[in-house]
Amino acid sequence: MNSFFKTMTVTVVAAAALMGGTAAQADGERYVLVSHAPDSDSWWNTIKNALALAGDQMDVTVEYRNPPTGDLADMARIIEQAAASGPDGIITTLADPDVLSGPIRAAVDAGIDVIIMNSGTPAQAREVGALMYVGQPEYDAGFAAGLRAAGDGVGSFLCVNHYISSPSSTERCQGFADGLGVELGNQMIDSGQDPSEIQNRVMAYLNANPDTDAVLTLGPTSADPTILALEQMGLAGDIYFGTFDLGDDIVQAIQAGTIQWGIDQQPFLQAYLPIVVMTNYHRFGVLPGNNINSGPGFVTADALEMVEMFAGEYR
Amino acid sequence: MSDTGQGAANAPAADERIKETSGLRKALIRPELGAIVGTIAVFAFFLVFAGDSGMFNAQGILNWSTVSAQFMIIAVGACMLMIAGEFDLSVGSMIGFAGMAIAIFSVTWGWPVWIAIVVTFAICVAIGAINGWIVVRTGLPSFIVTLAFLFILRGFTIYFPQVIERRTIIGGIDDAAVGDWLAPVFGGKIGGPLFVWLADLGVIDVFSRGNRVGEPVVDGIPMLIVWALVLVFIAHFILTRTKFGNWIFAAGGDAQAARYVGVPVNRVKILMFMFTAFCACVFATCQVMEFGSAGADRGLLKEFEAIIAVVIGGALLTGGYGSVVGAALGALIFGVVQQGLFFAGVESSLFRVFLGVILLFAVILNTYIRRIITGER
Repeated sequence: MNSFFKTMTVTVVAAAALMGGTAAQADGERYVLVSHAPDSDSWWNTIKNALALAGDQMDVTVEYRNPPTGDLADMARIIEQAAASGPDGIITTLADPDVLSGPIRAAVDAGIDVIIMNSGTPAQAREVGALMYVGQPEYDAGFAAGLRAAGDGVGSFLCVNHYISSPSSTERCQGFADGLGVELGNQMIDSGQDPSEIQNRVMAYLNANPDTDAVLTLGPTSADPTILALEQMGLAGDIYFGTFDLGDDIVQAIQAGTIQWGIDQQPFLQAYLPIVVMTNYHRFGVLPGNNINSGPGFVTADALEMVEMFAGEYR
Repeated sequence: MSDTGQGAANAPAADERIKETSGLRKALIRPELGAIVGTIAVFAFFLVFAGDSGMFNAQGILNWSTVSAQFMIIAVGACMLMIAGEFDLSVGSMIGFAGMAIAIFSVTWGWPVWIAIVVTFAICVAIGAINGWIVVRTGLPSFIVTLAFLFILRGFTIYFPQVIERRTIIGGIDDAAVGDWLAPVFGGKIGGPLFVWLADLGVIDVFSRGNRVGEPVVDGIPMLIVWALVLVFIAHFILTRTKFGNWIFAAGGDAQAARYVGVPVNRVKILMFMFTAFCACVFATCQVMEFGSAGADRGLLKEFEAIIAVVIGGALLTGGYGSVVGAALGALIFGVVQQGLFFAGVESSLFRVFLGVILLFAVILNTYIRRIITGER
């Protein structure tokens, strides 16, 4: 009995300690951002930081939620849950409209304002009744990158897809292929999320296909191990290398000439602007009349100073 | 040694041949006890810290009930299998695989949805049987055999849609399921008029805008929850009220001894693997019918969530001991904690910390109970 009571006491104390970590509830508006990213995706850290900054500056309460494994069905539950907790607004991605549009529409119908960020398209955002879409159209960004690479003389490529279950990842590769004017075919590999696996798969592919002109990675998760793979194979700086998104290692690699360009979709704006827009909408009733494209911007070795200073934090 | 100490502490018994057991100890060796206390503690905790956050309004209750029911469906299967002395690590992959099978059959190949569902169930249960057959035939630990299927099934779940459709998410199942007789059994809702009535009484909120204005925010109980309760009831009945239930306990407690007294241990174990696969398939079908799409990442890590719920519910990892009601309560605790931490405003990355703490305490409690059981025999 004794030990049992002790167990319960310790549990409650531990729980109370965890509650202490909670952000203080401000009196102002409350906004919840629901992402589709698994815990392991470091890129979303920028989103979290920008969200916290916007919350501070606008003096509103902000919360960040995500499905721990990246399971989109779990994400649908989180959106339902966010709606049930009665926030002033929800900011969410539309990674799979089939799964997410139901819960999002229910939230809108229950009187909660929604802004779609990051994944999805302006048309889909309008369809689910969201106020606006803030993000980078994925296919268009891939297409623009493909045109740029074609101009630089690229004819074949390897797309390292570390998040193959997300349609938008595949769209980036598809857009790039269409921009180049080649078939995607087997040039996209499912790399998984583990760094050493990614590194080995990239090396295996490039060994098997030595005439590959270019490598395209979809974010730090796949770019960082790919940099290592190229260094090990002696191809760093030799093979044409472009990537989506930025991070510490990517910035260094751009500086070193390993990576030609990084496509910056400026995630900072995707978390920051919806909070600012919604807060002003709720306080003063003002709303921009259009969707906001946060990207694509190409970051090359020429304009790195600011990016370098804030890489991984706000950039 | 502890027996003498205990005997001395008790008053003289009416029948000296029956060893004295205090009422507390009797209660403590019931597998559900920890889970019952845990459930009360968890609800008390969230009533205090999240009572006014929307967690206990109609939407909030439906939300954590649905999540708990999801855990419950796979926990029931995992619990029966664990009592029979085996593990199934392929549950999560089976969920993804079953969902994808239904999507490919019904959307890509255009089969009627009910045929797609029936065929998928047949395939999944057959894979469960293969799992079980390999385990009993080779004598390998089920841990390894089902780990292999974790990878095999997940691989197929990504490979087939990519080869056939060049995508990893297949949608449009809800359109295909319109008018189907079997689909609502998994994806439908019941009790709609009751909720309209409750909304009229003002007990639950109604939508304030959009094209569903005036409809209650909760318009029925998802079939997912009904499935969970039915599965719990049936499994509990089989386990505690039938001869077959005794066989399950015997097979997991000591397989060799069970064989000596004539229990068909191999058949019991294979059937339990098939039941686990069946539960995973129910989960997948409900999910696919509700969301209308199947994705290659569905069900990731669900096998561990099922095992965690079962362990919180008081089952022993070594088999031969446990209860379905306990597992169901474990699933409820799991679901309420997962969703409740959000309502209480706790940073979401701490959820895993919380889960680990609960799991650890549940296992420590179980070990203590096991010592009581083995000590008294």
